Amino acid sequence: MSSPAHAAHHAPHSFIRKYVFSLDHKVIGIQYYLLGLFSVLIGMSLSLLMRFHMVNPNVSVAWLGKLWPTAAAGGVMTPELYLSLMTMHGTIMVFFVLTTVPQSGFGNFILPIQIGAEDMAFPVLNMMSFWTTFLALVVMVAAFFVQGGAPLAGWTAYPPLSGAGPLTGPGEGLGQTLWIVSIAIFCGASLMGAINFIATIVDLRCKGMSLMRMPLTCWTWLVTAILGLLGFAVLLAAGVLLILDRQAGTSFFLPAGMLINDHIIANHKGGSPLLWQHLFWFFGHPEVYIAILPGMGVASQLLSTFSRKPVFGYKAMVYAILSIGFLGFLVWGHHMFMSGMNPYSAMAFATLTMCIGVPSAIKTFNWIGTLWGGKIHFTTAMLFALGFVSLFVTGGVSGIFLGQPALDLYFHDTYFVVGHFHMIMGVAAIFGMFAGTFFWFPKMFGRMMNETLGKIHFYLTFIGVYCIFTPMHMVGIAGNPRRYADFTNVEYLAKLIPVHQFMTHAAYFTAAVQLIFLVNLAWSWRKGPKAPANPWNCTTLEWTVPSPPPHDNFNGVHPVVLHGAYEYSVPGAPRDFIMQTEPLPVPSGD
Amino acid sequence: MSASLTHDILHGPPPPIDTGWGGGDHGGAAGRGASRAASFTGLFVLLAASTMAFAAFTSAFVVRRGLSDMDDWVSVHYPPILFLNTAILLASSFVLDLSRRALKAGDRSKFNFCWSAATALGVLFLAGQAAAWYQLKQTGVFIATNPASSFFYVFTAAHAFHLIGGVAALVYVDVQALRLRLGPAKRTAIDVTAIFWHFLDGLWLFLMVLFYVWG
Amino acid sequence: MLLAPIIWVLTVGIVYFFAAKTWWFPPPINQHGMDYDAQFMRTLIVVGIVFTLAQFALGWVIMKFRNDGGKASHSHGNNALETLWTSATAILFLGLVVMGTKIWAGVHFDEAPPGAIPIEVMAKQFSWNFRYTGPDGKFGHTDLHLINDANGDPFGLDPKDPAGRDDIMSASLKVPVGKPIKLILHSRDVIHNFFVPELRMKQDIVPGMEIPIHFQADKIGIYEVPCSELCGLGHFQMRTTMQVMSEADFEQWKQQQAANK
Repeated sequence: MSSPAHAAHHAPHSFIRKYVFSLDHKVIGIQYYLLGLFSVLIGMSLSLLMRFHMVNPNVSVAWLGKLWPTAAAGGVMTPELYLSLMTMHGTIMVFFVLTTVPQSGFGNFILPIQIGAEDMAFPVLNMMSFWTTFLALVVMVAAFFVQGGAPLAGWTAYPPLSGAGPLTGPGEGLGQTLWIVSIAIFCGASLMGAINFIATIVDLRCKGMSLMRMPLTCWTWLVTAILGLLGFAVLLAAGVLLILDRQAGTSFFLPAGMLINDHIIANHKGGSPLLWQHLFWFFGHPEVYIAILPGMGVASQLLSTFSRKPVFGYKAMVYAILSIGFLGFLVWGHHMFMSGMNPYSAMAFATLTMCIGVPSAIKTFNWIGTLWGGKIHFTTAMLFALGFVSLFVTGGVSGIFLGQPALDLYFHDTYFVVGHFHMIMGVAAIFGMFAGTFFWFPKMFGRMMNETLGKIHFYLTFIGVYCIFTPMHMVGIAGNPRRYADFTNVEYLAKLIPVHQFMTHAAYFTAAVQLIFLVNLAWSWRKGPKAPANPWNCTTLEWTVPSPPPHDNFNGVHPVVLHGAYEYSVPGAPRDFIMQTEPLPVPSGD
Repeated sequence: MSASLTHDILHGPPPPIDTGWGGGDHGGAAGRGASRAASFTGLFVLLAASTMAFAAFTSAFVVRRGLSDMDDWVSVHYPPILFLNTAILLASSFVLDLSRRALKAGDRSKFNFCWSAATALGVLFLAGQAAAWYQLKQTGVFIATNPASSFFYVFTAAHAFHLIGGVAALVYVDVQALRLRLGPAKRTAIDVTAIFWHFLDGLWLFLMVLFYVWG
Repeated sequence: MLLAPIIWVLTVGIVYFFAAKTWWFPPPINQHGMDYDAQFMRTLIVVGIVFTLAQFALGWVIMKFRNDGGKASHSHGNNALETLWTSATAILFLGLVVMGTKIWAGVHFDEAPPGAIPIEVMAKQFSWNFRYTGPDGKFGHTDLHLINDANGDPFGLDPKDPAGRDDIMSASLKVPVGKPIKLILHSRDVIHNFFVPELRMKQDIVPGMEIPIHFQADKIGIYEVPCSELCGLGHFQMRTTMQVMSEADFEQWKQQQAANK
């Protein structure tokens, strides 16, 4: 094969071009991963502060008072500080961790190689999408440092609490404005990313890589990109309207007749707070599928690879991914059962919500079906994939309660909801990221991660997260409302305090365990044993190239794909795996 | 290495040597192949996102209109210059298509003239929109005056925001054309820009209907 | 493999706490509450079985199919099995929703029974206010500009409207036992939510909207009403009580309130 006249872009030489403003999807993927890693550490710290406060509301902590002299005067966290930590925790985790790492982190690095391309379709746009995300993070974090502090309206930012300005509470001035601006910038970054992902998958697949031969990871990245494209566009529109309500005196979401903090709000009327909720959740529900779908793709990939078995029901898995994507746009109202919207529409949303449970169940059955009859190798990556399945089941089944409006009459805004979404997003999705890390680290950095540290980290984290989040369902059943800064003096919740203490200790423990992961990551990056091209004997294209891959991925030789991605343990084959570029054995006994 | 930030957005990456695409005539001399296809995909994806954003605004509009049993929906007296602006925008699309056809027929100078004319008309549209805003403000109708006016300003601003991007693309192609740098990769840029422009045209017509029928 | 017993132990532990009802609903105080609990149990049983089976199956395949050097089976799937468990799931999930419809209908599709006692609720940052009609059975006209919290007038009663003179205000909700109640929910600032766990019912209170809900409380007692929609820094303090008393006591209370005006 002749060498190319030029690659998609020439290999850069300067430090800035190589590592800062790089056009290489591999570098950009790592940049996103590091941004996500930084964000998850912030998000996790915020949650530890929250859990500490929940069981020690009146305890003075000196350094808290130094960080927040007004909001934590005397070292005691005020309710408004608690709520702003909660708001920023949710926002940073959902946007800067769950939306970036699985898609823009792993997707950017792996997708082009897995489909046999030299890079993403639009490398400059790719670079811009990262730096725009970075800018969004800077603006978001800035909210902590302005007058009034970070907003306290939750990551959902319902008006009028978020729309009527600083009268509604501390942080609702500049802090909330910066929040909206940051999210708007993030929407732009997401749009750029979505354009790249979709164009790359549609147009840059190598010869022989038909859609139905793509690894399931690619399908999830495709559908996730479509969800992001359509969802973030709506969020951007909603954000524009909210900013106008705050700054320009419009009344999209603000009704008449408000008296806030002894002030009659005379200049707003006729707006609908429910309109915000519809627009927000039209984005918000696809958003949670954005958070989980890539993790599902990783799980399928790993379960197959490490059972040495094809994915059970590849076609069904593809249809499940497509249905989840499609139905994901039709169920937003299940976040609004109690909102005051038309109760008949609630039944429609409930029916559709139950429907979306079906493809999720299909995927779970198929994961177990993949394992059945396999020969399972328990690498750390595989453990996290298995853990993902267990956590997805646990988190998913609590959705069966919440998806029924009749039952939501009690559970809405209780800890049952908090337990549900943390199980699914805060744990299952995170396990997907851990699995991806352990699996692709060798490819990304050319070194193996430490398996012993990895396994210790896995087991302790797996037990830890069950201990943190399962009790949330139970206190929710007992009626514990969510977003309460302090309930230690509430008689009907008194018997739940020991449960909260247990959860808080489990949170400290699990957070501490993450140090093992960080040590493993840092040490392996520098000192891990060198990785071969295909340490896992996996069949997909990224394992046909060196670890790490050369600048143009394939050294000028474009792969030709001959079959699907999961040909493991094929009868008659010399090894228990056949790369996508290798031919299938001729059936014997012709 | 790309020469400018916009290079890759408009052109996509230079075509790889052997894309291996099916029959192989995708990698032909006209700069087609993966990069042209990818540019079109990228464009349609962008149009889908824009459509969603305007759909969101439109649904907000419909909801708000429906809530207005308090008579606070006061129809805006739209400045008649909007009709002139509409005509200008339609003319620009027409002229843009003339220029594309001229290029296909090989008439470079006609292409240059028509493309530049379309660009000028595009800028004129934006000026006309600014004039419309000015006139509206002179009559005391601002963004917060009433819900109908709020939506008018939001829709026209969002549309103008897209149009400014469109004008930038038009100007870029214009400059390249005048420098006689219109190789195959730029043909893609021309087609992509033109489709984007026609989309904004169609969007504007939809908005005019919204304003005059429901506003 | 170690993971399998860990999954099983966690599963058993979780099932135990749910079966033992260690942290559980407060007992219901009306028929709706009992219907609610029945639907919850139905769902819990279905979910419990699915959850246990799935986690056990996962653990089982982990144990049984550990690598022992042999060859894995080369199967791409099984369409019959796929169809079977897909249909079963769909029927189960949709069936649950259908069964819950009656409960939802009872709360939201049906109007309050005639003769339901109307009580106005005014939610604000960060307190609850309730208004009763008084003997004339009519609520007096209110105006935002007349609101005076300091003087005990959170509703802003219009002194010119005679219908309002006998209106009774209260910071907590008092209702007679066994009688239908109609709450008319208002907020004068941000979104709040009225929730009584024992009633198994909650409703967002949206400024700019007037939202009615109805219920009947069949057991005498005092029940917590915690605000259940984030409304600002005092959200956790925005609590009141619903006191369910005998009809006689309720009448007596109303007369006392009227006398104290």
